[in-house]
Amino acid sequence: MFFLDKAWLIPLIPALSFVVILLFGKRMPRHGSEVGVVAVGASFALSCGAAVRWIMRVQDAKGGSALGALGRSIGHLGAQGGGEAAVLPVLHHVTWFQNGGVRLTAGIQIDGLAVVMMFVVTLISLLVHVYSLEYMRGDVRFTYFYAALSLFTASMLLLVVADNTLQLLVGWELVGVCSFMLIGHWWEEKPNSDAALKAFLTTRTGDIGLLTGVIMTFFIVQRATGVGSFNIIELNSAASSSKVGHTLILWCAAALMLAIVGKSGQFPLHTWLPDAMAGPTPVSALIHAATMVVAGVYLGARVYPVFFHGFSIGDGGINPMAAIGGITVLVGAALAFVQDDIKKVLAYSTISQLGYMVMALGVGAWTAAVFHLFTHAFFKADLFLGAGSVSHSGSHHSFDMKTDMGGLKKYMPQTYKTFVIGTLALAGIFPLAGFWSKDEILANAGHNDYKLFLVVGLIGAFMTAAYMTRCVYLTFHGEYRGAHGPHAIPHVDEAEHDPIDTMASVEHDAEVHAPHESNRLITTPLWVLSFFAVFAGFLNFPHFSKFEKWFDPHFPPAFAEIPTIAHPAAFNVFLAIGSVGLALSGIAIAWAYYEGLLPQGLSSRNALLGAGRRFLVNKLYLDYLYENVIVAGIKGPIAAGVYWVNQNIIDNVLNYAGKGTQAVGRFTYNIIDQKGVDGLVNGIGTITGDSGAEVRRLQTGRLQFYALMLVAAVVIFAGSLWIFT
Amino acid sequence: MIAENVAFGIIAAAMALGAIGVVRTKNVVHAALYLVVVLAGGAAQFILLGQEFVAWVQVLVYIGAVIVLFLFGIMLTRAPMHPKDSLDNDLRWPAAVTALFLVGILVGLLVHTFHADKIEKLQVNGPVRTGQITNAIFTSYIIPFEVVGVLLLGALIGAVVLARKD
Amino acid sequence: MLLNEFLILAAFLFCTGVYGVLARKHAVLVLMSIELMLAGVNLNLVAFGAFHGDVIGQIFALFVLTIAAAEVGIGLAIVLLIYRNLHSADLDDVDTMKG
Repeated sequence: MFFLDKAWLIPLIPALSFVVILLFGKRMPRHGSEVGVVAVGASFALSCGAAVRWIMRVQDAKGGSALGALGRSIGHLGAQGGGEAAVLPVLHHVTWFQNGGVRLTAGIQIDGLAVVMMFVVTLISLLVHVYSLEYMRGDVRFTYFYAALSLFTASMLLLVVADNTLQLLVGWELVGVCSFMLIGHWWEEKPNSDAALKAFLTTRTGDIGLLTGVIMTFFIVQRATGVGSFNIIELNSAASSSKVGHTLILWCAAALMLAIVGKSGQFPLHTWLPDAMAGPTPVSALIHAATMVVAGVYLGARVYPVFFHGFSIGDGGINPMAAIGGITVLVGAALAFVQDDIKKVLAYSTISQLGYMVMALGVGAWTAAVFHLFTHAFFKADLFLGAGSVSHSGSHHSFDMKTDMGGLKKYMPQTYKTFVIGTLALAGIFPLAGFWSKDEILANAGHNDYKLFLVVGLIGAFMTAAYMTRCVYLTFHGEYRGAHGPHAIPHVDEAEHDPIDTMASVEHDAEVHAPHESNRLITTPLWVLSFFAVFAGFLNFPHFSKFEKWFDPHFPPAFAEIPTIAHPAAFNVFLAIGSVGLALSGIAIAWAYYEGLLPQGLSSRNALLGAGRRFLVNKLYLDYLYENVIVAGIKGPIAAGVYWVNQNIIDNVLNYAGKGTQAVGRFTYNIIDQKGVDGLVNGIGTITGDSGAEVRRLQTGRLQFYALMLVAAVVIFAGSLWIFT
Repeated sequence: MIAENVAFGIIAAAMALGAIGVVRTKNVVHAALYLVVVLAGGAAQFILLGQEFVAWVQVLVYIGAVIVLFLFGIMLTRAPMHPKDSLDNDLRWPAAVTALFLVGILVGLLVHTFHADKIEKLQVNGPVRTGQITNAIFTSYIIPFEVVGVLLLGALIGAVVLARKD
Repeated sequence: MLLNEFLILAAFLFCTGVYGVLARKHAVLVLMSIELMLAGVNLNLVAFGAFHGDVIGQIFALFVLTIAAAEVGIGLAIVLLIYRNLHSADLDDVDTMKG
């Protein structure tokens, strides 16, 4: 049991690597990268060991490994024969700190979900570490980059192994910080640091939900057991028990849902994810496609009973989680159509796929969600790293498909092949990985009485296939449009440079930067990921269902009571054919469009389509809404309004009061002057004017006046509260 | 019992007068000295309540250190010792009314809530011993204790950074 | 002894402090008034600690004391900075927040 009991080593090793790289990296022969690669490699080895041990543990508990190999049906028979043996998670914890009577622990909970996540995170992190050796070669902050990657891996693993929500929160925030550091890796350029800030602040909006949700989990457990705790297993059983009121669980689920929306780029807080593409491409692959953004989905899967009971997922129809996921599927896919930047296409695609996962959780398809998370990590990382390879070797560090790519198929055959594999897997073409996981989501959506989301999923599948075809076509087919290709030399930079200089530099650049295949450090990770993109799906082959058997939570209390996990939908052949058919037609239509077989320029001729396209190009105006309406609304009009009130109303009231009194005074003066009391009248005028000036002075930024208002308000509220109760 | 109540009354009167002195005096140094009266009175009340550890900490930290700090502050900002004009601003009356209302509400609520509750456990359990406090601080409240340590360090560095001339 | 004796004294100290914070012009005097408020709070804590016969009141009073010391240090540093920049520690002169 070494691998399971010592699983705390898995996050610890990259954490130590972070410290070592930070302290000594610069003086090492390879600037710290070797430490990072070795550490993550070690973590990966340990994760593999843990996965193998976990599978053995399940097999042992489920009536012998020989029988277990025959699949789920036999497994069920064996379970009936020998009694449903619970496969308990491996739990270890130490007291983190104690405050008053509350003891907080730090520990590990190793079960199927954690094992899957550890495998995915360490594998992709390892590949990204290797890939970055070439991709980031010669970067100014190479050492820093590797340190941040190590810290990121460590914090993600900390999040994954957490046995309590508080530790999960710590890991969650740490990955957020690492994401910020890595998106802003090239912070010298303003857009990059802006993007980093945006990502940080947007996810922080969701983190408010996580914080309140985590606090609520403490009290949910307290209601159920009498002793408050952040422990996840206790939370799950508490959420399933009848001792806790539904309202509390609903609020907790809503707060945690906000966290998922922020972290996993769900509508309407998805806008940070495309901007996060400002970071180096390996980071996009690791953080913004495969691991960090699925932290939200992981949270959903981890404390699933809270959502299941909070949102009444078992009832079918519609619920907030499925609705948000479904909207995100369609919004992400629609936005992916109009992007010219290859990484942004992939970013919106990620949003859309994360929408699938959240939707799967929302329709009760727990296994399908986790399975899709598992397969998606491989092909999305594959696609991102492929895009990075294109920009690194093919398009002169540009990501613009329309101006700098095209026709790269013949220059970069390996990148092309792996990219196509990733595309087909993402589109859900039989028999690649994406097919199996997406189909499972759709089948369960239908099975659990969520017909609407079945339709949403099918439309999403069609759109996914079409926009990915567009992306592949623009990047790899057609003519090369880049500035430094062999055909491009004559008409390059005519206006910008003087001819001699241009020729010289272009010749130089053409030698160095003509599109070529990336070297082995880049293509090897691509092929590894392509391998998984092809074969990972077979883990949950119908009637074989290893993934489900091995990694589903088989332990009481909470998960066993959830019917949709215990009895998932069976494989549906018609649905499978339908979804593959839709995906293929999506590919065909997009292909035909770009080959010129379909009428072109629809959006420029048809006003309605044009408006639709403009709507998409502007990202549904959400950024506009956030930046120009909400932020500007707060700092602009409201401030202006307050100023206006201050200037016009308050001042005018005082002025008119003063003037009115003066007018009265003048009137009186004229009338009564003859009677010789002008001194009195002048006095009134002066007093009014002075008091007006005095009152006005109070309005102008004096600290103690504000403090007085504060205390007076407290007094008034407290007094009225006391009187009225 | 009566002796305790008399002691309380005397100390409380001194504290109240001292507090009024702090907020009414025209001499900034006198204000600091009135503050000493209030804080020393507070320490005496703590002893009266049988909580002697916090009383001595109050004497050491407040009267020993904080007041000295205040005197330094007065000196460094050349605060007026015999000012011609008042040390109060023109919010005096609104502030006084607000404070009066606040004290009225608080006293009303306190009388309403605890009207005749007596502090008797002192006689039952005996005064709280210093050992008990240290035990609690270094076991149950170790995290807040350490956080406060970090906070003090931060304040120290912050004060140095803010106040140094550069 | 009545619990209320102490609580009312504490309330009085607190409100005197509030008055001082609002009505005093000199920044050091404002800081002193804040100390008055904190002294009131401490008296409250200790009185309740004695009332319940446990140590928590004292412990929190100790924390309040410590934080008050830190607050005075920082506060005086800020006052010093204001004095250096404006040549006055009069809060009426600190009006950069004027709208």
